[in-house]
Amino acid sequence: MDLELLQTPFYQRALIAAAMIGFSNGFFSGFVVLRRNALSVSALSHTMLPGIALGIFLTGSLSQWNAFVGAMVAALVVGLGSVAVARGNRIEQGTALAVLYTSAFAAGIALLPKLDTRQELEHWLFGDIIAVSNTDLWVAFGIGATMLLVTNLAMRPMLLTLFEPSVAAAQGVPVRLMQYLIFGLLILALVSSLQAVGCVLSVGLLVAPAAIVSLFTDRTSALFWGGGCVGAVGSVVAVLSSGALGITPGPAIVILFGLLFIASYLFSPKYGLIRFKRRTAN
Amino acid sequence: MDSSSHHSDCAHHALHHELVIDSLSVFYRHVPALENISMATSCGNRVALIGPNGAGKSSLLKAIAGLVPKKSGSIQWRGTTVRKWFHEFAYLPQREEIDWLFPITVRGLVEMGRYPQTGAWKKFSSKDDEAVENALRSMGLLDLQQRQIRQLSGGQQQRTFIARSLAQEAHVLLFDEPFTGLDRQAAVSLGKLFEKLAQDGRLIIASHHDLNTAGSLFDEALLIATRQIAFGPVSEVLTEQRLDQLFPNKPLDC
Repeated sequence: MDLELLQTPFYQRALIAAAMIGFSNGFFSGFVVLRRNALSVSALSHTMLPGIALGIFLTGSLSQWNAFVGAMVAALVVGLGSVAVARGNRIEQGTALAVLYTSAFAAGIALLPKLDTRQELEHWLFGDIIAVSNTDLWVAFGIGATMLLVTNLAMRPMLLTLFEPSVAAAQGVPVRLMQYLIFGLLILALVSSLQAVGCVLSVGLLVAPAAIVSLFTDRTSALFWGGGCVGAVGSVVAVLSSGALGITPGPAIVILFGLLFIASYLFSPKYGLIRFKRRTAN
Repeated sequence: MDSSSHHSDCAHHALHHELVIDSLSVFYRHVPALENISMATSCGNRVALIGPNGAGKSSLLKAIAGLVPKKSGSIQWRGTTVRKWFHEFAYLPQREEIDWLFPITVRGLVEMGRYPQTGAWKKFSSKDDEAVENALRSMGLLDLQQRQIRQLSGGQQQRTFIARSLAQEAHVLLFDEPFTGLDRQAAVSLGKLFEKLAQDGRLIIASHHDLNTAGSLFDEALLIATRQIAFGPVSEVLTEQRLDQLFPNKPLDC
């Protein structure tokens, strides 16, 4: 590791961004794991690409804000659209989501050659954490703080909703509101992770941390706070080692979580495969 | 009914706690799920909802729990009209609808029952802890309270959900097919548990599809097929003629 590199402002910013984005996404991954909807989150994350492309297409330039807004609007339209289609009782929500998100992703790819900012767009696909500005840091901080505040204020009704919506509704939990709140926070988390890992890989950051923690403990609170810590530390370590290994930071983050997940799956003292084998052999 | 063994809250009332459903209709869009259902029953009873698939048994339970909007008609509990949810009603869904892999302990699940009292933020008071403790004790779950719910047997899972509704201080327990998926022994003990809950003064309303056991497990029956066919004591409601009409090809031992 290059110590001189550590002293450069852009590298310091990248590390701070990795810690903040890693924590807020890792924290939220607890919801994704509890709700068992990693695949629909993956669908939503892909939807952000055409959103960004459309944002650039309409405004003629690529900036932080039109990319964010484009990504957010596209994810909202496809996500809520799939819910609306599923209301009709004819099409299941997963089916609707799959059709809508692949169409949107295809439209994004079709739109790419028409934009002259193609080069930079790749940063949005796979992340470009080295390029974060001070403004980006404030955006990441704002999103992270909002997510933590809202989830902690509404943790009890949210968990009741995730566990069994009808029982929760019969107890007076505003289930519909909680479902929209969780969905809104998910979109925020996805958008905030764009900078670090890009839209194609963002699911890695939004699922893996809590999935790793869930192999070690059954405590719900640990899924959230543990997921946050794993997300932050993992992201920082990945950024630090990416230079030496000659990998771009975005993929490095997701690869590291993948390796951690596999290692935990095999060796976790509580639910690891190897321990499990040994226990059943006895 | 022996009022001395009655649930303490019930015993204070000169009248039994009465649930009155008056010409209730529920529609999903334009399709009727329930039309013109009327019945009156009170604490201490076990009521079976019986009817073919799609007859509206689940819809009726959900309507009482305030989960689906009523198109017309009313539900009155203890003399007041219930409009939406009410903490004295507890809804217990079918076992398949519950995510048993959700990481939560038996105690954690029972503590969820206190939400109507604590809301989103209030800390657990000693009264809340006591309610949870009592609920666990009366369902014989004290030794299992730290277990994950996925590690329980079917009967224990059922009891955990009942404990949750007891912690909520619910008087009316609304079960969707509680006996489905239980082995024989668990079904027998759930039957005994229903008897005890009713003796303690709770009102049990459950959808049930086993016509053979309805008579021994329940006091009253509501026979429905979207519309109401009959309501009253089980033996009077379940006449052969009515059942032949409702379940033309149904083998008796299902």
